[in-house]
Amino acid sequence: MGWIQDIFAPEQRNWEEFYRNRWAHDKVVRTTHGVNCTGSCSWNVYVKQGIVTWEMQALDYPTFDRSIPNYEPRGCQRGISTSWYIYSPLRIKYPYMRGALLDLWREAKHQHKNDPVAAWQSITTNPDLRKRYQQARGKGGFRRVSWREAQELIAAANIYTVKKYGPDRLVGFSPIPAMSMISYAAGARFLQLMGGVALSFYDWYCDLPPASPEVWGEQTDVAESADWYHSKFVATVGSNVLMTRTPDAHFLVEARHRGAKVVVFSPDFSQTSKIADEWIPINQGSDTAFWMAVNHVILKEFHVDRQAPFFQQYLRENTDASFLVVLNQDKKGHYRPGSLLRAAQVAGTQAEEHAEWKSFVLDQSGVLRIPSGQMGHRWQKQKGQWNIKQEDARDGTPFESRLTLKDCATGTASAYFDDFSDGHTDQGRLRHVPVIEIETVDGPVLVTTVFDLQLAQHGVNRGFEGAWPAGYGDDTHPFTPTWQEQYTGIKAATVINFARQWAATAEKTNGKCSIIIGAGVNHWYHNNLIYRACINALLFCGCVGRSGGGLNHYVGQEKLAPQASWGPIAFGADWSGPPRLQNAPSFHYMHSDQWRYDRKFGEMCPVSDKHHPMAEGHTADKQALAVRCGWLPCYPQFTEHNFKLVRDAEERQLDPVDHVVSRLKDRSLKFAMEDVDNPACFPRVWYIWRGNAIQASAKGHEYFLKHYLGTHHNSIAVEQAQEDVHEVTWHDKVELGKMDLIVDVNFRMDTSALYSDIVLPTASWYEKDDLSSTDMHSFIHPLQAAVPPCWEAKSDWKIFQEIAKATSELAEKYLPHPIKDFVCSPLLHDTPGEIAQPRIRDWAKGECEAIPGKTMPNMKVVERDYTKIYQKFISLGRNFRDNGLGIHGCIYPVDDLYDQYLLDHPVEAWEGEQYPSLRQDRSVCEAILHFAAETNGELACRAYETESHKTGIDHSHLAAANRNVRYTFADLCSQPRRLLTTPFWTGITNGSRTYSAYCQNVEERIPWRTLTGRQHTYFDHEAYVAYGEHLPTFKPRADLRTTRDLDVTGAEPGSLVLNYLTPHGKWHIHSTFGDTLRMETLSRGIEPFWMNEHDAGLLGIHDNDWVEALNDHGTVVTRACVSARIPRGICFIYHATERTIGNPKSQHRGNRRGGGHNSLTRARLKPLFMIGGYAQFSYGFNYWGPQGVNRDTFVVVRKIDKPVW
Amino acid sequence: MNVRAHVSMVFHLDKCIGCHTCSVACKNIWTDRPGAEYMWWNNVETKPGTGYPTRWEDQLNYKGGWELNDKRELKLRSQNKSNYFQKLFYNPNQPGLDEYYEPWTYRYSDLIDAPEGHDQPTARPISQITGEDIDIQAGPNWDDDLGGSPVYAENDPNLDVLTEDERRVLLEVEQITMMYLPRICNHCANPSCVASCPSGALYKRGEDGIVLVNQDTCRGWRACVAACPYKKVYYNWKTGKSEKCILCYPRIETGQPPACFHSCVGRIRYMGVLLYDADRVEEAMKAPEESLVESQRSVLLDPFDPAVIAGAEANGISPKFVEAAQKSPVWNYVMKWKLALPLHPEFRTLPMLYYVPPLLPVSGRAGDGIYEQNASEFFSSLDNARLPIRYLASLFSAGNEKAVHDVMKRQMAVRYYKRAQDVDDVSTEKVRAVLREAGITEQEAEEIYRMTTLAQLNDRYVMPPIQREENIAGSGCSPEMCKGSCGLGAITAPARGL
Repeated sequence: MGWIQDIFAPEQRNWEEFYRNRWAHDKVVRTTHGVNCTGSCSWNVYVKQGIVTWEMQALDYPTFDRSIPNYEPRGCQRGISTSWYIYSPLRIKYPYMRGALLDLWREAKHQHKNDPVAAWQSITTNPDLRKRYQQARGKGGFRRVSWREAQELIAAANIYTVKKYGPDRLVGFSPIPAMSMISYAAGARFLQLMGGVALSFYDWYCDLPPASPEVWGEQTDVAESADWYHSKFVATVGSNVLMTRTPDAHFLVEARHRGAKVVVFSPDFSQTSKIADEWIPINQGSDTAFWMAVNHVILKEFHVDRQAPFFQQYLRENTDASFLVVLNQDKKGHYRPGSLLRAAQVAGTQAEEHAEWKSFVLDQSGVLRIPSGQMGHRWQKQKGQWNIKQEDARDGTPFESRLTLKDCATGTASAYFDDFSDGHTDQGRLRHVPVIEIETVDGPVLVTTVFDLQLAQHGVNRGFEGAWPAGYGDDTHPFTPTWQEQYTGIKAATVINFARQWAATAEKTNGKCSIIIGAGVNHWYHNNLIYRACINALLFCGCVGRSGGGLNHYVGQEKLAPQASWGPIAFGADWSGPPRLQNAPSFHYMHSDQWRYDRKFGEMCPVSDKHHPMAEGHTADKQALAVRCGWLPCYPQFTEHNFKLVRDAEERQLDPVDHVVSRLKDRSLKFAMEDVDNPACFPRVWYIWRGNAIQASAKGHEYFLKHYLGTHHNSIAVEQAQEDVHEVTWHDKVELGKMDLIVDVNFRMDTSALYSDIVLPTASWYEKDDLSSTDMHSFIHPLQAAVPPCWEAKSDWKIFQEIAKATSELAEKYLPHPIKDFVCSPLLHDTPGEIAQPRIRDWAKGECEAIPGKTMPNMKVVERDYTKIYQKFISLGRNFRDNGLGIHGCIYPVDDLYDQYLLDHPVEAWEGEQYPSLRQDRSVCEAILHFAAETNGELACRAYETESHKTGIDHSHLAAANRNVRYTFADLCSQPRRLLTTPFWTGITNGSRTYSAYCQNVEERIPWRTLTGRQHTYFDHEAYVAYGEHLPTFKPRADLRTTRDLDVTGAEPGSLVLNYLTPHGKWHIHSTFGDTLRMETLSRGIEPFWMNEHDAGLLGIHDNDWVEALNDHGTVVTRACVSARIPRGICFIYHATERTIGNPKSQHRGNRRGGGHNSLTRARLKPLFMIGGYAQFSYGFNYWGPQGVNRDTFVVVRKIDKPVW
Repeated sequence: MNVRAHVSMVFHLDKCIGCHTCSVACKNIWTDRPGAEYMWWNNVETKPGTGYPTRWEDQLNYKGGWELNDKRELKLRSQNKSNYFQKLFYNPNQPGLDEYYEPWTYRYSDLIDAPEGHDQPTARPISQITGEDIDIQAGPNWDDDLGGSPVYAENDPNLDVLTEDERRVLLEVEQITMMYLPRICNHCANPSCVASCPSGALYKRGEDGIVLVNQDTCRGWRACVAACPYKKVYYNWKTGKSEKCILCYPRIETGQPPACFHSCVGRIRYMGVLLYDADRVEEAMKAPEESLVESQRSVLLDPFDPAVIAGAEANGISPKFVEAAQKSPVWNYVMKWKLALPLHPEFRTLPMLYYVPPLLPVSGRAGDGIYEQNASEFFSSLDNARLPIRYLASLFSAGNEKAVHDVMKRQMAVRYYKRAQDVDDVSTEKVRAVLREAGITEQEAEEIYRMTTLAQLNDRYVMPPIQREENIAGSGCSPEMCKGSCGLGAITAPARGL
């Protein structure tokens, strides 16, 4: 051993300086990454000799309780690769324009004597020239241009489009503001000041869980990850925590060591399965069946055989379970559950204000009670009754409601319960439920409780007549443990055991069971049914609104904490409004013409009542109905120019609103969504920033290429809607290439940039100031410039500021005077619009009067001055001061703070007024922090004053201790700061509490923003009844036949049909990072096609062989990753790919470059989510509306011998 | 007794989430440069799997580490007196580029610079070595998450201890599983790499045991690459020198954990001081395989033992190091709780990085296509764990199954103990029974729980403050001079050549 010497002598080790010099650095700067990962991690960026060299996680999170693991470190393998981008060959260093367009532009400008607007007109209206640059999209040929030249063309396109078609033909897409709020606000503010359109993202990404609005009236609210540590039983459903919640996963792992049980539901052996006590390899998309059976067991054993007191009390106090439902007799004499019994139906309560929106429960002595806290109480004149105390709102009498009528029923009635298990038909069952008779103004009706209906729906027999399952082993009736086996592939015994352990844990711990749920199940067509079944397992066991309990849905970084102060800045409400906020799923389904390739939705969606107007037909027709009724937005608005409509009215001395209504009524004017292929209705100019709109999020990507861009594509699908549509206009031939101009703001050459006309270089996350928040933790983080924007890059805020400036300058000549615009907006949640439509009535069919804001959209005339866009952009307008701030209808005053702010912050002065300056990115950050209740304790106190006034309960204790807390940008830079408790969010962060959703509702008796003010297990809207989704139910995932994905492609010998899934991956956040050398190297140099070894064997495919996956929508060429981890019959391409990196040509379709993962998908909308004007089922941007689902998709896979480049 | 202080480590594999953040942190700082592209001083492997370089554990092929010869002498497997000189010029056991992977990049600039064409441009993969188009066939993490499992997971050398049937069923739904194995240099107390170097360029630092390759004196013979059984020394083809994990000594020297520790999002990494008896190393490494875990433990010295403290003082180890050794999380994991085990002790290098083996989900049954979970116990039962104990024993105890089983029982006991505290559904009798069976007290269970879940950075990383002024003085530059002049002057890269 003589040769292993330890060397102590320093003089022999001078060489060690070598590595010490590498570690030395000049500066460390705190920032984060804006990438919709939900991480919002605090990072330190190291700068050496003026170059960003590497990044490491910040570790200085304040510890809020030594009994909970703390948050350090946060940050993942992807985030730590960011520095690669900054100086990489993918970096966009300069403005670029495609050569084909640049040449046309320069020539046109020359011909039109330097008149940019005339030049733009000459290019876009000439079919040959238009084709020339549109068909060049995505095919290389970029040329560097100056900022000035790019801005001039953009400004010309803006002005021309506004004049020719109207400002609502300018659209912008940027996702997830929370990840970099100021950068999002940049383009959004510019567009809204122009009168343009912001497209939604959360629903389009299919991150929005519609069950959340359904049950809670909330977009999404969930626990911060530290709260998992309090959970005693965690089920993960469609969520791969270890892989996609990388910085948070340790809380789940650590909760196990504190004695929590973890059960993972996942068809593949996922990363998270590794830490599970039990892995349930459930068949993909069949989770509803499992959880319905779980609920069958819970209801039977914990609510019927024995009544667990905590569970029953919870249901009475916090859910709609006690509410009375009217049973309507159908033609066959069976009773069908219908609406809640309304105060308007009963003589004694008919005169109540908003009696249509107040419902009844029965108390223990059999008296009808109207519990406080319902929609009617929310919007009535008398305030203070909007709370969920168990009191009769009429006189304050306390009561205890009855969950079941079993012991006081006057009889039973045979009611019909739907069963869609076969995926196509309704094989309902008749089961008796206990009823009482109520005398209404229309005669006697039978009612029962929601809870009685739930028991019957789940097949829990209490000895009533009807078709009931004989027991857990009966597989002939839905929702028994044995019934579910055929769908899930999981044994009944496993379900029963799970349900018992779950409920027993909840009972012992007062509700500390939680479900972490995500995209794996939310991306199915019937996602809401999966979620509802899971949520019910929580509600039946009292787990929501509890620390350590609840539904934790993590899909997208939707939580923008300081929304109240950010919103007006982002959407220009400090100057005017309302904004034009469009739900992207409807927009893309219609405008990218995917509806034309679609058939009636009944194939995907069996319903209970095909005669209901919302339950049958073509999705496009339902979309048309939705915009007519004001349920969903519609931008572009009309088949005509909005300015012209106002001008016409004024010329005829008519009220513009009356004029538009009458023209809509006589149908000489239509909503654009009713005629999307009319060139007058096209969206024209498209801004994309902070997102990959053309690839990563483009469900039906190839249709985007075809219909928006007018360039090459690989779709071979056949148009087939003609026979099925009746309300939207069918054009036999449509013009391809709807978009005149596509501008992409980016720091890397991703697919969207590659396919855009103009690419503008933006500052990366290490080169700008911004703010970030998330629901995964309770801090708010800064982004800071570690180095100035590299090469010619500018921050998004600066980029849009300069576009605003160029546009305003051009407006001096072309739009010199103020102009009146006409703005429609839908009936909104959290406004009186949510009690507009108790029933569906279509004015266009003469079923009701056309009344704006009631039976159709809100309508308003708005004045725009295009010469002032820039000045307004950089100035915080007076509406901000005068209107107060707030969301969810809870407004707090800030006028005094605004006045004070002018004295000690930079200002803009013009036309004799002074405004807080928004010129610098950092000034915007400061304004947001200063005026938000989450970061300014004074405003949190004010917000609770408003809330207390509405509820009649004093909530001030939640904010009192924070009254003097203020966070500035510098504070956030010095150390992470925790968000304050406010009424805009439902959790509590005071002291050492970990944030858990709905604790305020449960503890403070603040209503959920729903019909009854309680958590809903029953939805009485007529469309839900018609769909058979009024009660939780099971609708299987689509089969190949109904998806029609392979109608043309077929399944030749040598190919295999697989269900195509795109879960979130390990080596990228959406498409970001996947193209970095780090992540490419740690994966396989390509985003592979994961498949089962036996499936691969059938086609002779070996690991790493080249394969092509195809369907009618498009094609992908990649390499196989053959793994035993993937079950047979499914395949993965992890979301999301770029089609730019190492992507060969398709050998089975035209020898064109293969596509990306979204080449194989298409948008499919479930029309049920289009309803509106009805309590929680009312529109909100990214809150309500159909989603861009994509799991119900099939592909064929074929082997490729040799790639072709 | 010859007391030495050693920076030592524990990786808690139950907490590892397989994210590879550690790998990138290291890459960014240390190996992001020409000649080092293929080096991953820190990598994370999916097990079962073959790892990086592929099948590195197979010493029949690579001949790393030590072996006991017939005379009960420890000998390097990679070389002996007769082939020593010959192997300097050609070493058939040394991994080549095929066993690692050929590093690649893409012609990214084509996306921006491509002239207008008839189809969309794409950035093709090219070799970082040749600059030519490359057909990517391997990478440093190729079988991540069971990618290519029929090829890679089935060829894991640790599966050799299982029967054919056991191996097959490991890839079926009832039994399929995986775990993660993050790896850095083990900074062994008996390093075969150091022993193998003909130039004497490798050494252990006396004060902390960090193993380094002197970049001035390395001549690029690569004997260390062959001799290291963990394949954690790499040859830099640009500088002609070998390089390896330096345990981020510039960070440790300034009171910061190594980059991979700092960035570990699973919070699995613990670092602390161990005291060991350098005189007992050789004899301990001669133990029979089944008792190697115990004999490795026997080398470690109790930092509370007055004799050890005196021995430390006699060897010039500062009281701060001894104090740190007494608070060492590594000591607790390895010696007090006996939860952490060395990786492949049969390589006999005395690795100073220890692993807590992971709990894995319970297995199931899948008769007639319907899957049933074995529900005999509330938590996953060790008897039904998806990965056979024998497999883990092959990794962490040279086949001693009891050593692994004991660790698993202790982890489960802690869970029962904590659940009983928080949820009233485990009986006191049951808790007592599982603790007794696991051989730990309630207090130890509480301590294990706290260190496993609640430990903050300064609980996980317990190192004494390093006083550099003395070393700097010894290196020929006075601290006073250094204050004003260190860092001045041109930095020269190590030059290639003999």
